Amino acid sequence: MFAYISRRILYAIPILIGVNLLTFALYFLVNSPDDMARMHLGAKYVTQQGVDKWKSERGYDKPLFYNDSQNSYKKLTDTIFYNKSVKLFVLDFGNSDNGRNIGGDIGQRMWPSLAYALPVFVLGMIVYISFALLLVFFKATYVDLWGVVLCVVMMSISGIIYIIAGQYLVGKVLLLVPISGYEPGLTAYKFLILPVVIGIISGLGSSSRWYRSIFLEEINRDYVRTARAKGLSEIRVLFAHVLKNAMIPILTGAVVAIPLLFMGSLLMESFFGIPGLGSYTIDAIRSQDFAIVRAMVFLGSILYILGLVLTDISYTLVDPRVRLN
Amino acid sequence: MANDLLKVLTQPYWIKVFVILVALSSLYAGYPLIFDSKAEYLTTDLLIYFLVCCLIVFISYIRQQPHLSGPWKNVFKNKIAMSSAVVLCFFIIVGLMDSVHFRKADISNSNLTETHYSTNMLSLLDVSLDYISRNSEKTYSAPFAIFSYAKENFTNDEGVKYRAYPRLKHAGVHLASEDDYLSDVISKSISGLGIGVVISMALIGITLVLLKRSRASSYLAIIAALIKNKLDLPWGIMLLTSAIIIIFSSCLFYASAFYHVMGTDKVGQDVFYLTLKSIRTGLVIGTLTTLIMLPFAIALGVMAGYYKGLVDDVIQYIYTTLNSIPGILLIVAVMLSIDVYIENHSAFFETAIERADIKLLALCGVLGITSWTGLCRLLRGEVFKLRELEYIQAARSLGVSDTKIIISHIVPNVMHIVLIVVVLDFSGLVLAEAVLAYIGVGVDSSIISWGNMINSARLELAREPVVWWSLISAFSFMFALVLAANLFSDAIRDAFDPRMQGIK
Repeated sequence: MFAYISRRILYAIPILIGVNLLTFALYFLVNSPDDMARMHLGAKYVTQQGVDKWKSERGYDKPLFYNDSQNSYKKLTDTIFYNKSVKLFVLDFGNSDNGRNIGGDIGQRMWPSLAYALPVFVLGMIVYISFALLLVFFKATYVDLWGVVLCVVMMSISGIIYIIAGQYLVGKVLLLVPISGYEPGLTAYKFLILPVVIGIISGLGSSSRWYRSIFLEEINRDYVRTARAKGLSEIRVLFAHVLKNAMIPILTGAVVAIPLLFMGSLLMESFFGIPGLGSYTIDAIRSQDFAIVRAMVFLGSILYILGLVLTDISYTLVDPRVRLN
Repeated sequence: MANDLLKVLTQPYWIKVFVILVALSSLYAGYPLIFDSKAEYLTTDLLIYFLVCCLIVFISYIRQQPHLSGPWKNVFKNKIAMSSAVVLCFFIIVGLMDSVHFRKADISNSNLTETHYSTNMLSLLDVSLDYISRNSEKTYSAPFAIFSYAKENFTNDEGVKYRAYPRLKHAGVHLASEDDYLSDVISKSISGLGIGVVISMALIGITLVLLKRSRASSYLAIIAALIKNKLDLPWGIMLLTSAIIIIFSSCLFYASAFYHVMGTDKVGQDVFYLTLKSIRTGLVIGTLTTLIMLPFAIALGVMAGYYKGLVDDVIQYIYTTLNSIPGILLIVAVMLSIDVYIENHSAFFETAIERADIKLLALCGVLGITSWTGLCRLLRGEVFKLRELEYIQAARSLGVSDTKIIISHIVPNVMHIVLIVVVLDFSGLVLAEAVLAYIGVGVDSSIISWGNMINSARLELAREPVVWWSLISAFSFMFALVLAANLFSDAIRDAFDPRMQGIK
């Protein structure tokens, strides 16, 4: 197991190098730092001095890969590539384009993100799986038919519409909870109820349908027929046999998402004013703060790869047939 | 191999297909003569034209292969699938009309020897909807309203200033007095309804005549079969769907000549017109994204599965790397970079429309990257299995080259996976456009799209009284398209996915 995990982590390194090179190419080769400076300072009326000043304040005034004017190892380290890209590997995200420390911001903002994303994830799983089991229990009846129709209809509605409609109905017409905002600590719950509920509802269609198809695939297996032949009740068959075995494909999709919960949700956080990493990214996009975007891309891929490793480990826990070596 | 291809292409069937393609192309190249105008080919227009040609070739190919056209027959028998296909057809017609652009000859300068063309680029849709789009108001107005949303200052005959809702310039101008308003709205709707009924009756009549010609039975027998759904296709439900759409839209189109049926937006543009214009953007994002990504996904996926070894490792590395970046962040990162690039190289593009068009294409490309990896992985797995099958082994031991095995034995046998992924992706891509518009990396703000409409409409909900019409119009059209696409793709998946056969 340990050998397997360390091999997986070693395997992650070339992928992270790839991600790193990709973002570096996107932001420093496709566009030169001069282009970025002009974009920030307003494309037309900008002097070369202004561009140089902007670059030196943010450390973009160095050569890309090789600095001839420095000595020994500094030839390589005093470059944009080393400072802006290589340092990401030790999670040194540097400063954003408006001068704040990105690492510090991330450490602070991941908790509100988690406060939103974790309940959506846990409650969502429970709701989706129960709904899917309900449909499977009433298989080939009108409940199943209309349930699937409901799923397809809900899938066809854009996520934005759920948010706008939810905010409008609950926040503005019914006046039950505040439309947006956030408070640290336990009082945050009243700001989180609405986004969490909307988050769960907006995923109901596609997730329930997906889980339903997994359950239906299991329900045709031999062991289910055996269980029924033994005279077990349908509820017992569903919960004790089908659900347990269907957990394996469900885990594939679910566990990989757990580390990414720290990243929150771009849409929800910015609509509801939750000061998490999602709204951090949106703000960065709107102010064209490329340093933050680069950091978030790298962080996102680290968390995704972590999720993959976790998925493999969780397999060994739920499926005794799987051994990692 | 070239010989084989030549032999196939000189068959009468393929010559017919070729003639259709040539006719289509010459129509596309020659239509400006009809309008006395100059054709403009945007990059996305050309790609849509290419896509249509590909579709024609694909359909012709499928029709010739019984084992490939078999599953399609199941799709065609499915009532829900066919009625959604009809809905999709109406959307596609509007989208295609909006993809034919030209500039009209400028008549005001007719004394010059050479013809000048207006700077305004129009599409076929713009020309047909001219009677709606030219009726701009000052600001918001509710659907079917004859008064503006905002009060204005007036001075009456005695010089006293007062504030009131002004009459709209282009809505209900034919009304003699404001008391006729309600009866006029109703009578205009009924007239529209009547026109719709006439058109759909004509459509049903033509279909009946055609059905009778292909089958030697009486009209009564055909109508009975139609209602009982005993024909080869569910014609009954298809005609019903078309009739509903035709009646509904003729109401809207007819009443549009007198009122703003879906109101006007902040700058007074007719919302119905904007919603129709958005159809093209949605379709472009849903289809061109796939068109751009398909060659890469198929080539790399098949190569990885077929050659294994180093090739497989390299391709796997590429898609794992791209896949490990969360999709939305990848789109954001690439689009921001492209924004800067376009901003700094604006000299490349002649007009703002061209610039927006290239950005739309770039967005399709980026969305393509995010959906490409999944297809690539599926194909790799399937080819892994296929290459060990006897018929491939036999071909290999007979000395058939790898290229030929891939093209004639492997690719046709993985096409069902490609098809399923393509149709399943479509609706997701249309929905993604709205999200991207909100985030701020979507299509250019100069392009009319549902995403841009919803994004600007969300702030209007805070007004008092609420401005709900742009949101509802954009939402309902988008919903109709995505729902139809979802239902249609479900039928395709059920018909093609062997795993789904036992389940249902």
